[in-house]
Formats: sequence, C-alpha cells, structure tokens
Amino acid sequence: MNPALSSGLDSAVNALPVATSFFFYTLSGLAVVGGLLVITRRNAVHSALALIVTLLAVAGLYLMLYAPFVAGVQIIVYAGGIMVLFLFVIMLVNIERSSKERQFNRMWPAGLVAAVLLLALFMGAFGKGRALFVDRRIPLPESSNTQQIAAMLYGDAGRMGQYTFAFEIASLLLLVAILGAVIMTKKKT
Amino acid sequence: MPNFIMSYLGSTLTPGQAGNQFWALMYVLIIFAGVSVAVMCMNWIERKALAHFQIRLGPMRVGPHGLLQPFADALKLMLKEDIIPAEADQFVFWVAPLIGLLAAFTVYTVIPFGPSQAVSDMNIGILFMLGVSSLGVLGIVVAGWASNSHYPLIGALRSSAQMVSYEVAMGLAIVSAIMMTSMNASGTGTLSMIEIVRAQQHQGIWFIFKFFPLGFIAFGIFAVAMVAETNRAPFDLAEAESELTAGFHTEYSGLRWSLFMLAEYAAMIAVSSIAVTLWLGGWLRPFPNLLHAPAWDFLFSLFPGLTFLALGAIAVVGTARMPSHSFFKIQRIGLGIFAALLGSIGLLLLLIAVAGNSANLAVAARFSEGITYVYWFMLKVAIFMYLFIWYRATWPRYRFDQLMRVGWKVLLPISLGVLILTAIVGVVVS
Repeated sequence: MNPALSSGLDSAVNALPVATSFFFYTLSGLAVVGGLLVITRRNAVHSALALIVTLLAVAGLYLMLYAPFVAGVQIIVYAGGIMVLFLFVIMLVNIERSSKERQFNRMWPAGLVAAVLLLALFMGAFGKGRALFVDRRIPLPESSNTQQIAAMLYGDAGRMGQYTFAFEIASLLLLVAILGAVIMTKKKT
Repeated sequence: MPNFIMSYLGSTLTPGQAGNQFWALMYVLIIFAGVSVAVMCMNWIERKALAHFQIRLGPMRVGPHGLLQPFADALKLMLKEDIIPAEADQFVFWVAPLIGLLAAFTVYTVIPFGPSQAVSDMNIGILFMLGVSSLGVLGIVVAGWASNSHYPLIGALRSSAQMVSYEVAMGLAIVSAIMMTSMNASGTGTLSMIEIVRAQQHQGIWFIFKFFPLGFIAFGIFAVAMVAETNRAPFDLAEAESELTAGFHTEYSGLRWSLFMLAEYAAMIAVSSIAVTLWLGGWLRPFPNLLHAPAWDFLFSLFPGLTFLALGAIAVVGTARMPSHSFFKIQRIGLGIFAALLGSIGLLLLLIAVAGNSANLAVAARFSEGITYVYWFMLKVAIFMYLFIWYRATWPRYRFDQLMRVGWKVLLPISLGVLILTAIVGVVVS
C-alpha cells in the first residue's frame, strides 16, 4: 500500500487498511466514468442511474478516508433519497420525445468557461495544498467517528460545540426552504 | 490448519473487526445460504398459513403437505422462458432486479446474530442499514420504468412515493431508540448494531419497554412503517393485483421475477432484524440479567434443540395421521424421513448444549453459546415474519390517499412527538 497514505493514519487502524491506492483508483475511476455517462447519455433515466453510481463511488471514497458517518449520510440522503425523487420526476417525462429533441440553448461556451475555471481552482488547490490545508489529516478513529462528529456539532460535557452555530443556521435555512416549497405548492383558494 | 483460519476461533470480535477475511467470507456465505433457505421456508409457510386462514389446505401434492413445493417452484421459475419485452429498455430491465437483490443482501453484513456472529460491526451500523435498504426502492422504480408499460410505471410511482414517505417516520422512530442507547454513565450513544443490543443488556431493559409508552409507540410506528417499506399487504399498492395486474413486476417472468421475490423476502427479514435489534434485545435471551445463574444459562441453551425436537414431533404426528392408503406410501416415508431429520438436528443441538455445559470443552461451550444467540435472534425475527403473513391474511389493502394520510398525518407527527418526549424524559431521568 501507499506509504504516504498510511503515514497519517492513527494507530487504532488495524493491520488491514482500506486506504490503499487500489481502492482509491477504482472508486475515483468509477466516479469519473459515472460522471461522464451522466452528461453524455441522452436518456435521462440512464443519466440518473450513472449519477447513482457516481454518488456511491464517492461514498466509498469517504469510507476509504475513515469517515463512515459521512459515507452513510451520502448514501442515505443522495443515493437513497434525492435520486429516488429525481427518478420519480424523470419517469413522468416523455423520454422518447426528449431524447430525439435537439438542445436548443447553446450553453456550452459558458459551460466550458466554468469547467476551465474549476480546473484552475483544482490545480491551484493542488499546487498550494500543503500551505492551504493541514499537512496531515486530523486522525479521527473510525470506531468513534459518529461520536466525534456529534461532539463537534453539539459539543460535549456542557461545552458548546465548535460548529453548533453554523449547524443550526444551516438547519434553519433548510427549514425555510421546506416551508417555501410547501407554500409554493399550495393552491390559492 | 493455516493460522488465518485458527487465529480467529477464540476471538470475541466479529470477523470484520478482527480483520479476518477468511471467516468474513465464510460468514457471508453462511448468511447468504441461510437467507435463501429461510426465504424458501417462508414461501411454504406463507402459502400454508394463508390457506389455513382462508380454510383451505394450500399446497398438498408436491411432497407431504406440500413440503417440496418451494423446490418445485424454484425449478419451474428457472426453466421458464425469460421474456424481455421488445419495447423495454433492455439494459435497465436487466439490471433492475439485481439492484434490488444487492440492496437486500448487502444489509446483512451488519445484522448482529450474536455479539460476534455478524460479518462486521460498523460504527454507523444502523445508518448503513437504512441507507442501503433505501436503495432497494431504486430497483423497483427502475424496473417499473424499464418495462415501458402502464401498470408497471404506475406501480413504480406508487412504490417510490410510498417508500419515501414512510422512510421519514421510520427514521424518526429509529432515532428515538438510538437516543435511548445514550442513557449510560458517559452519555454517549451509538449507531453500531452490536452496541445497541449491548446497551439494552447494560440498561437491563429492552427498548420496547423503556420509558414505558414511549419505546412501545416508537416500536409500533416502526412496525407499521416497515410493512410499508417492504411493499407488503396491507400496503402493497405497488403490486396491487386487483388494480395493476402485478404492479412493477408485471412484465417480468422466470428467474428475473424470482429475483424480485427473493429480494422482497430478504428485505422483510432485514427490516425485522432491525426491529429486533433496536427494540427487542437482539440476540439476548429472556431475562439475561435477572436469571443469570449458570443453571439458567444451561436451561436456555437447551431451547434450540427442544424446538427442533418439537418440530420433529409435529412431523411424526403428521406421519401417523397420513391416510393408510397405499397411494400415500411414498409421502408417508418422506415425511417420516423429514421427522427423523428434524429430530436428529434437535438431538445434535441438545448434545452440543450438554457438552458445552458439562465437559471442559471450550469449543463446545463457545459453539453452544453461539447457537443460543442465533436461536433467540432468529426466533424473534420469525415472529415478525409470521406477523407479515398474518397482516396479509387479515387486512384489506389501503387506498393510496389513505396510505399517504397515515404516513404523513398520523405516523410522522406521532414519531416526532415521541422523539421529543424521549429526549425530555431522558434528560430528566439522567
């Protein structure tokens, strides 16, 4: 296995690590292939299925980084929840007509610019990564990952958590969005 | 014997935690085979029980009392022509049953049949189970769409709406049970399936009885939601045969159809296991803290053997009551052999229990302990499986708007209320 990857791992990880370069390349390859299929398939359901593959591969990457909670939430929220709703909507669209239609809005120059900018951002982050991020990741033992996340979000032993405020703000935002959706769908009587 | 096989035998960890790939693979194979056999048994029991509920006999011809009916069914399904409709989306049609099957079987990696009788124990156990089992709906939705036919599409739409709605109430009920795991000295709860059962052992109470009506109500909500989640009667709107022919699997036939059935029953066993683990003490035998003397341990370890002996006795009675006409000779011999088989399994289990108790055989003791855990877990799951049949025989199907009303306007508010009350009571008590 890759010694650079293993150096940051804490001693609680046992003799058979999953953070090997084999898993990394397999999972990221799956994610990239899935992502390409999402944008190249004309049939929207095929795109949705490819997106599910991508999301699951990303969940696998989280698992590989010893972040099982994030991986579980990724599966439950994205692959299990959001994608089912996506499919629900897509199935009601007439696939045959929409797959024969040509896209009339030519958005690819804007898309190209966005892609180049994103690539530049990634390259910059990759080049300056050591300065921007902590060199070694903070070791969170896998066996208490969920509990550590809870302590960060909600705090423990009478102390407010590091991210309590941000977390509550985000949940309030989601609540407002839900209420907005409910009001928009309500019929005016 | 190579070291990697022997080194695990004394361990009290699951093979996944101990990092032993060989035994993890063995457990996976055992569970896969066990679940497949359980689905076959369930198939027979369901047909017989439903028939008896309706004052019929059910399958009687293939083997004594139709015991070989599942095998005949499996053979028939394998030989049947596997039709893919011309207008169907070939690839998606092909892959849909596999998605459902994969999702249904993947959850078994974290189901704790005993403290070390699981493939692995994850820190996010219950979250993993919920997430992966929610992927099962993708198989149904995609199958309904790929068939390119009206009834399957309606079935798929119904099923996706139903599963998404009931998952919310189900999740909240689970959270209230997980909250109860944190009622200990350090105040940290757990999502790990094995630790949830251990928490019930340490607190000396099954979570169904904890904070009395609260745990029971949460369990009740889960028990309703899990029937909806597995698309079983009275919530089987996705395959309502009186309205949609067979719902999402109308266009499926042969082996591919049987994969859907296998996935459905495997998912039923999986959700029953979640209910057993969270509320009914998982592998714990009745009163593990109150009656913890070695004599009690021994008494309870006799149960698996006695159960098989009782089943064997029932088969013996069946043999004796078989009509004495010569037409029934082969059936009679067959049932006799079956009775002898059940009886000898019972005797073997009793022998292991006795050997584990009396002699200084560490292996036998460990084996008997493991059998006891698995037995109590499976007994509880079996009760749920019988309930699934009972529901199906008793209740008429819900209408779709009634189903949605129950899910969103009854179960969801109650489960939210239970969650908040559990939190308040928990803080007040501790």
